[in-house]
Amino acid sequence: MWTIVLYVFIGFVSGIFGGLGMGGGTLLIPLLTIFLGLDQKLSQGINLVAFLVMALFSLYIHYRNGYVETKGIIYIILSGIVFSVAGAFLAGYLPSNVLRVAFGVFLCLLSLYQGVMAIKK
Amino acid sequence: MGSIKKDKISQKKHKTKGEILADSKNATKPIKSGEKTDKKSSLKQKFWLILSGSVIGFLNGFFGGGGGMVCVPILQKVLSLDAKRSHATAIMVIFPLSLMSAFIYVINGFINSFPLVTIGTGVVLGGIVGAFALKFLPPKVVRLIFAVIMFVGGIKLIL
Repeated sequence: MWTIVLYVFIGFVSGIFGGLGMGGGTLLIPLLTIFLGLDQKLSQGINLVAFLVMALFSLYIHYRNGYVETKGIIYIILSGIVFSVAGAFLAGYLPSNVLRVAFGVFLCLLSLYQGVMAIKK
Repeated sequence: MGSIKKDKISQKKHKTKGEILADSKNATKPIKSGEKTDKKSSLKQKFWLILSGSVIGFLNGFFGGGGGMVCVPILQKVLSLDAKRSHATAIMVIFPLSLMSAFIYVINGFINSFPLVTIGTGVVLGGIVGAFALKFLPPKVVRLIFAVIMFVGGIKLIL
């Protein structure tokens, strides 16, 4: 019972950041691997699927608020689709502990950038 | 009378010629060069959009997330969207990319139904709260705390 509550709670907290477009996944994935001890690949897969469902709701809200801009984004999306498939396949081939360390480095770099931008603005 | 008419006509012709000349000297040239720079800048913009799409796509597929965070500053810079719009649009950009990579993660079997359903429920509920909260963009302190938490998490994952 408590595990259910814990799982929902962790999802809820990172969902808030995801809905804000602040990177719910970058919070959810480390929470799942560090605190719940899930496998890195499993955390990443869960994050992707959970994000898809969440994005439907938050996009609907953002669209109604007039925050979604469509001009020009097709170029990002088309090239992004090709490379997201490549990235997903590569992640499948690599062992989980390698992926975990790589994700850790990615997180550190992202957070440094975020921190600098937060102080600057 | 006839000569006056002719004069008027010739004057008109002259005027129009002069206008055309003036136009070509003053107006058309800058417009032409403006068009050129517009084309150049839009080409440049497309180039940056495609390049950043590749990076965002790869990161999002490889790490199963985080592409949105890379996407936000790029939307701000390349498409010059404001903060709120770039946060919302980033979700729109990441959605189709995540759909494709989620498909591959599912095929590879990196999904487990119990954590997916429980965590997913939480994420969806939190996502709705977060989407409404975008009207009041999180202040500096929140973003700074978020960055610190992420950094600690990153170090823990590396060690």
